[in-house]
Amino acid sequence: MNEKIPEVPVVQETRERDQHLLPELVTHLRQNRTELRKQWAARITSAHLLSAMTDEEIFSMATGVYDNYVEVLETGSMEALQAYATDLSERIIPRGVETYEVLGIVLLLRDVLARSLFDKYRKDFDLLNEVLDAYEPAANRIANTVAVSFVRERERIIRQQQEAIRELSTPVLQVRERILILPIIGVLDEQRAQQLTEQLLAGIRTSRAKVVVIDVTGVPDLDASVANHLVQTVDASRLMGASVIVTGLSPTIAQTLVTIGVDLGKMNTVGDLQGGVEEAERLLGFKVINAEPDERRS
Amino acid sequence: MLVSILRQGDYLIASIHEALDDEEIVRFQRDLVEQIGQHRAKGIIIDVAALDVLDSFGSRTLANLAHMARLRGAETVIVGIQPAVAFAMVRLGTQLERVHTALDLEEGLEQLERLLHERVEGR
Repeated sequence: MNEKIPEVPVVQETRERDQHLLPELVTHLRQNRTELRKQWAARITSAHLLSAMTDEEIFSMATGVYDNYVEVLETGSMEALQAYATDLSERIIPRGVETYEVLGIVLLLRDVLARSLFDKYRKDFDLLNEVLDAYEPAANRIANTVAVSFVRERERIIRQQQEAIRELSTPVLQVRERILILPIIGVLDEQRAQQLTEQLLAGIRTSRAKVVVIDVTGVPDLDASVANHLVQTVDASRLMGASVIVTGLSPTIAQTLVTIGVDLGKMNTVGDLQGGVEEAERLLGFKVINAEPDERRS
Repeated sequence: MLVSILRQGDYLIASIHEALDDEEIVRFQRDLVEQIGQHRAKGIIIDVAALDVLDSFGSRTLANLAHMARLRGAETVIVGIQPAVAFAMVRLGTQLERVHTALDLEEGLEQLERLLHERVEGR
């Protein structure tokens, strides 16, 4: 799962000198750990980042990231940081933390540390330059790793959710010989509409349906392209010899259909599911009668 | 043989066995419309179940065929359109306007009976 993250192009080559400078940097960052970490957490709060988290949570996250950050500078190995960032993302994504916030805090840390280095070495300008040469590429790699880990985790969660939605598939049910019902509940997006069409057309073939009732009572709204897809599904069903009755169109959906200019002559619509089933039965010549009306009444 | 045209009572049953190119489908259209007269056919079934693609030219030609057949006194039902083909046709906007379609041969025959019955009634 923790696939290696491609590195950002390093601005400068790592030189011999850096090998000596980085340990020095690490020692400096370790010594000032408490102070720098506090500064960082304060800047996160004042920049209104991570507003979904409490101050304590921000502080404990700051500690974790800080320690990992220093460790990367020391060892040059991203693996621990990447694992930490993935784990952290997994916890904060459900809280609604956005990509810009994660990027923001990493860049803030980079800034806080760079300022502290500036302070420390400002008396010796050449040395400061050397230190920054060593620090910048490493800091860039770290920012890249954290940001990419976050985005990857986010994408993984999105994929997982799409999977879940796909599994909440739309059932195609047979209610009477040659009559299918397709109740649609929830948001209908492009992908789900596509899947629905495939299932319906396959269902028409396997159960040799003549009439299909598509019930959209449970669909709050449709955008124009999905509405169009629905109309196309109706047409495709007709090509396969089945007529479609659409029921439960909400006022909003009705408006969408009228706006996209649906040929109402081709759309058979009935108010509710009951009416739709009755219409379907009528089309196929079924008649439902109450067997013993007298006994029932008494 | 790409297409077989069988005679069954008052009906002609044409099965397309493999994909036809533009020229072949036009020839098929001409042959079939001609045979309506020879056999005094009242109904035509075109079975396209073997096709996994039907392009715009093909579907327009079939639609024209159905309309020409009606002018020569026969009703046409196209049967066996595959789910994927049906949706692709709708997507591309090449629908069979004012053409009867049915699931398979059996359904098609039933529909022809009904259409011809309606025609007699309507008279």
